[in-house]
This record gives sequence, C-alpha cells and structure tokens, in this order.
Amino acid sequence: MTEINSNTPMEKLTIGGNIYQAGNAKEFKTGDWRSVRPVFHPDKCKQCGMCFAVCPENSIPVNKEYKREDFNFDYCKGCGVCAKVCPFGAITMEEEGVSK
Amino acid sequence: MSIRERLSGNEAAATAMKQINPDVVAAFPITPSTEIPQYFSTFVANGSVDTEFVAVESEHSAMSACIGAEAAGSRAMTATSANGLSLMWEMIYIASSLRLPIVLSLVNRAVSGPLNIHNDHSDAMGVRDAGWIMLFSENNQEAYDNLLMAHRIAEHKDVMLPLMVCQDGFITSHSIENIELEEDDKVKAFVGKYKPEHFLLNKQEPMAIGPLDLQAHLFEHKAQQADAMRKAKDVILEVSKDFEKTFGRKYGLFEEYKLDDAELAIVCMNSTAGTTKFVVDSLREKGIKAGLLKIRVFRPFPGEEIAKALSKVKAVAVLDKSDSLNGIGGALFTDVTSSMFTNNVQVPTVSYVYGIGGRDTTSKQIESVYSDLQEIVKSGKIENPYRYLGLRKEEK
Repeated sequence: MTEINSNTPMEKLTIGGNIYQAGNAKEFKTGDWRSVRPVFHPDKCKQCGMCFAVCPENSIPVNKEYKREDFNFDYCKGCGVCAKVCPFGAITMEEEGVSK
Repeated sequence: MSIRERLSGNEAAATAMKQINPDVVAAFPITPSTEIPQYFSTFVANGSVDTEFVAVESEHSAMSACIGAEAAGSRAMTATSANGLSLMWEMIYIASSLRLPIVLSLVNRAVSGPLNIHNDHSDAMGVRDAGWIMLFSENNQEAYDNLLMAHRIAEHKDVMLPLMVCQDGFITSHSIENIELEEDDKVKAFVGKYKPEHFLLNKQEPMAIGPLDLQAHLFEHKAQQADAMRKAKDVILEVSKDFEKTFGRKYGLFEEYKLDDAELAIVCMNSTAGTTKFVVDSLREKGIKAGLLKIRVFRPFPGEEIAKALSKVKAVAVLDKSDSLNGIGGALFTDVTSSMFTNNVQVPTVSYVYGIGGRDTTSKQIESVYSDLQEIVKSGKIENPYRYLGLRKEEK
C-alpha cells in the first residue's frame, strides 16, 4: 500500500479510508494526547515487573535481560496506572510541558 | 418467458429478494417494518434461499449487521419503513461512508408523530443526504424491477454505494396488482455474483475498515462519495439498458409521460405518478397539453436532465409527499427548481405538499393542479409558490 498523508489528493485515497495492511496501529503515535507524564527513577526501581504488565499501551520496553527501560513516549498516554502499581515509588507523574 | 402473477408490493419485493438470494438478510420483522422480512423469513424456513437471516432486536442493529456482513465480503439486504429507517439513521451514514453496497427495500411511510403509519415520503426524505442511491417505484412491477437492478448498480466498481428501493406504503405495498416476474435462473444470471475487491474475510489481504478519519482526510472521503454518486448516473443507465435487453422493460433516470409537447407539467414520485398519468390522459382528450415527469432516480439527482426535459413547458408543479417544514416547499421542489436555475431554465414553478400521513390524493385534486397551472400560464403570475393539495382550511 502506498503512503497516504495529509497532502495526498482525493483521487489517491482509498475508499472509505480503508487500510489494506495489517499491524499499522503502531504508525499512529498516540503519545501526544498525554497531559501528565510518568517519570522513571532507575535508582528506586527493583525490576519487580509490576509496571509493564499493567501498561495498556505497551509503552514500557523490556530488554533481553527482562529489565525494564525508560518509557516509550510515542505511545504513552500518561494514564498513570504504572505509577499507581509501583511499590517502590520508582515512577512519579508530572505535568506535561512544565519544565522544572 | 416472464411469469404472469398477481402480488402485493411487499410480496413483489420479497420475491425479488428470494430470487437474488443474498448471503445475509438482517431485519427487524415487526412494526414499524413491513411484511417483507416476514415473507423472506418464510423463504428461509422453507429452504428456498440459502440466506443467513439475522432477526435483530432493532433497526439500528439490522443496519449494523448488514454493515458487518457486507464488509466481511457478503451480499447483504434489509427492509424497513418509516420510524424503522429513523432508528437506522446513524448506521445509514456508516454504510455509505464505508462504501458498502447494501440494498434496502424501503416502504415509504410517515415518520411519526403524532403517531401515523400511513404513506408519505418523510422517511426517505430524512435520509436524502446520507449518500445512498435512491430509486422510486410507481407500482409493484417497478419495485420488483428496481430491486433486480439494485446490486449491479450498487456493487459497480465506480459506485460502491448502498442503494434503497422505495415504494409507497399501503398504496402499492399492500395492493395486489398484476406483475411480470422473471425466471429464477435468469434473475440469477442477471444479478450475477458479488466479487468484492477488498473484504475483511480475505486471508490474503488483512484490512481495516472505518478507521479514524480526521481533519486531514474526511473532506476528501466525502468528495469521493459525491464523485461515486455522480458516476452512478451512468451506471444506472447502463444497467437499465441491459435490463431492457434481458427482460424487455425500459427504465431511465426518470419517465417522461406525454411531456414531449406538453405545456403543463407535474413532477412527482412513486404511486402518484399513476394517478397523474390517468389525469394526463383525460386532459389530453380535452385537448389540454398536460404531461408528467416521474422521478425514478432521486439520488443521484439528475438535475441537468430534468431541467432540460422541463425547459419547453410553460408551467411546472412539483408534488412533494413530505413537507420539509422550512417554509420554502418540499425537498423535490427545491432540487428541481435549483437544477432549473443552475441550467438557465426559466419556467414558472410551484410547490405542492400533498398526501401527508396517507391522505388520499384523488384524480380530481391532480386535475386541480393542472388547472392552477393553466391559470399561471394565463395570468403570468404566481400568487403563492408554496401550496398544499388536499389540506383542510377555513374558507376565507
């Protein structure tokens, strides 16, 4: 399927906006909906594995050593579930766009 | 050979559906629907069709199930009427915008309230801008024929739009008339198989239907729908031509009845055209040059062709069986006059709202419209272009 963007003329768009391709949701970056962001504090993290299991957007990458890394902000909507389940205070929620 | 039968309009529509033998029919088979789903469910029970009949809990679900079925790659049909269509309203737009060629048999009845179940066109007029092709039928034969042509028009690659076939509630839906049915195998051959290019159950091509379509794209997708609607005009004519070749009955975008040399013309749709033809014949005997333009294709609206057909008459009356309640006449009147204006056709034209809620429209009333037109031609003046036909009012 050819690339469709906001410059594509109507003649080149598929009818009804159909997408003839699987697995394309990852191209739709939903992270810009966020109004609060989770901040990861690696010093407090015990790698208990609670947070990434509850993330609805799969925005907490886990590496080959089964250790979590920093957030993927392309998809994180800032729901705060991870911060809520973290027993060690290793995730805090901060207002988006406010610099400290 | 055609088979001579006598059927009600509902039976005619159900028979067409039986012969089409769609993959899925989803319908709500009780009031405010018609007898069509009831007859059709009998065909399913008797095994005369292989259709999956989905008896849903509402018309909203009926249209939703048709959308799912059609998107999956099957041929889906439904039937409804009046408030049933109103309840489908949200999904009517989804069907057309997702470009799913669903076919709906609509028996035109008044949208309540106050509560009324009788014939007028307010149900159809409520969805006139929803992106569905709309064919109107004067009698049972036309309701049957239009349904036989429906899938080929709707499923055409240049079109891919849903289509509704309208007929008048009770006046044709419940009246038994002579009809010529076609043989099952000939109908099957004419309608053909549905081979969608893209469909959800195609394992070779996973696809998404109805994705988020925001500021950057919806405008273009709507323009695509309008474009398909414009192209549908040629497709309708092409399919109608093949229908005539196959079954012998001729159809165009509209029918011109004694309009060639007419001075006075009525424009109307559905069964009133039958009454008007009777009046035209009797006026012609008296030497009055009356004519009729009967709309078959209401969406897409053949504006240019209609304006041309009316360009030589001296006065026009457009009859609307639904009041737009906007103070400037019915929907058909607005479409006809705007088409005339755009095509530089200057003929005095008046609007008549008539037959609301199943009010009988007699040949005498139609005759009075023609004499009103004579008056307009004679005086060259239109006192009030927004008129009623058959409305009770205090004498002044």
